[in-house]
Amino acid sequence: MRRWYYGLIPLVLLATGLVLVGWSGSPDRPGDHHTITIHFSRFEPAEVTVRAGQPVTFELRNEDPIEHEWLVGDELVHWAHRLGTEPYHDEIPTEVTIPAFETKTTVVSFDKPGEYAFICHLPGHEAYGMRGVVTVVE
Amino acid sequence: MRRLMTAVLALMLATFGSPQLVDACAGLIGSNGAVNLGRTTTLAAYHNGVEHYVTSFEFLGGGGEFGTLIPLPGVPSNVERGGAWTLQRLILETDPPPVFRAEALAGAASADEAEVLLEVRIDALDVTVLKGGAESVAAWATEHGFRLSPDAPEVLDFYAERSPIFLAAIFDGDAAAERGQQVGDGTPVHITIPTTNPWVPLRILGLGKQADDRVEADVYLLTDRRPSLLPAPREGMALTHSEPATRSLLDDLRSDEGMEWIPASAWLTKLSIDAAASDMTYDLAVDASGQNQPSRRAAGLEVASADQDDLLDWILGGIAASMLGLGVFTGLVVRKRS
Repeated sequence: MRRWYYGLIPLVLLATGLVLVGWSGSPDRPGDHHTITIHFSRFEPAEVTVRAGQPVTFELRNEDPIEHEWLVGDELVHWAHRLGTEPYHDEIPTEVTIPAFETKTTVVSFDKPGEYAFICHLPGHEAYGMRGVVTVVE
Repeated sequence: MRRLMTAVLALMLATFGSPQLVDACAGLIGSNGAVNLGRTTTLAAYHNGVEHYVTSFEFLGGGGEFGTLIPLPGVPSNVERGGAWTLQRLILETDPPPVFRAEALAGAASADEAEVLLEVRIDALDVTVLKGGAESVAAWATEHGFRLSPDAPEVLDFYAERSPIFLAAIFDGDAAAERGQQVGDGTPVHITIPTTNPWVPLRILGLGKQADDRVEADVYLLTDRRPSLLPAPREGMALTHSEPATRSLLDDLRSDEGMEWIPASAWLTKLSIDAAASDMTYDLAVDASGQNQPSRRAAGLEVASADQDDLLDWILGGIAASMLGLGVFTGLVVRKRS
């Protein structure tokens, strides 16, 4: 006689699999909270997707023994910072200095869809690869 | 049994191209391109369980302080002024037209988390030997006013895993000027390091450089017998001399100040480094014991352990895929039976 709960087996297995997929480094998707880790002078992840018009919390964890910056914006913003001399950033949500081994949190809202680079503009850091991108979608 | 000599050494010193650009806050390993490593020359010899590093720091003018960090295979028992012309004599031995270029390092003294093991002032050069992990040494340097380049965290970690000993050398430009030192004058330093595992730090030569920048250095090895090297000479690291050291060379070296340790016989090897900074991902392991087994670990060639997070992702991803597949299969089977 067929046991009635046999039919639940595939459902349980499928559900478990889907949960694990969610845990295992799922692809980036829009969200309102993102943690970006800085390790060996690299942003991890280097690509983040958010929705336009919504406040997004960025938790910036610096695991390096040296200071870094997280400055996000369009190319004009980065052009200005490449020539800038500001030693510290802590007044604008899109411009954050993260001292060694510290974590900073900032909330940013992107009004328009598009791609906005985040870069560390300390001398030599961008050339070394400290660059990522926030993709803003509708 | 008598310890095989091997030797050598190497090092890296950094030549700070434009110390003036470093400003008041000393630049530990240039992070903005203002500091450029020039060609360096170093001798490291290994005899009776003691490694001898002889290198020179060149005064390039300007004021303020500047310098660099050097990883060491062990705790030095002594740091002193080196022989006056040892490096020049080596160059004369292998390269007839002597063109001496050694360069400056940097560092500073005192410790917070990093432990200061030794502090020595040699002319206008302040040398500090530190013991600590990459993080504490980097923190110490930062707290002493130096700005580390973006590759420093990874490079220091690369070394700290094998040896927690670093040498920081600070060139006091003001003091050098007061002493009447001229641009180009070198300060030879002799570091004596008891160790059973000599190796030559090469990767550090690329510290603070851009990926395409060139790393140029001459490394002299003086060992009891012909050494086995890892990695073997390759593109960017040419073996330009490998012969028994001449008696005249050894006699000359032995007659220089503080060089009485030079053995009666030895094998002289010279390696010329000329590679892109991005290619300098290794150190030089030296085995002159006759075993021909230079350490992969000492050369920095051990495969890095997989990142745990990535590994977990792979495991969970694999399990998930298996579960999904099994779920679909089971569903099909149950359906077929029903």
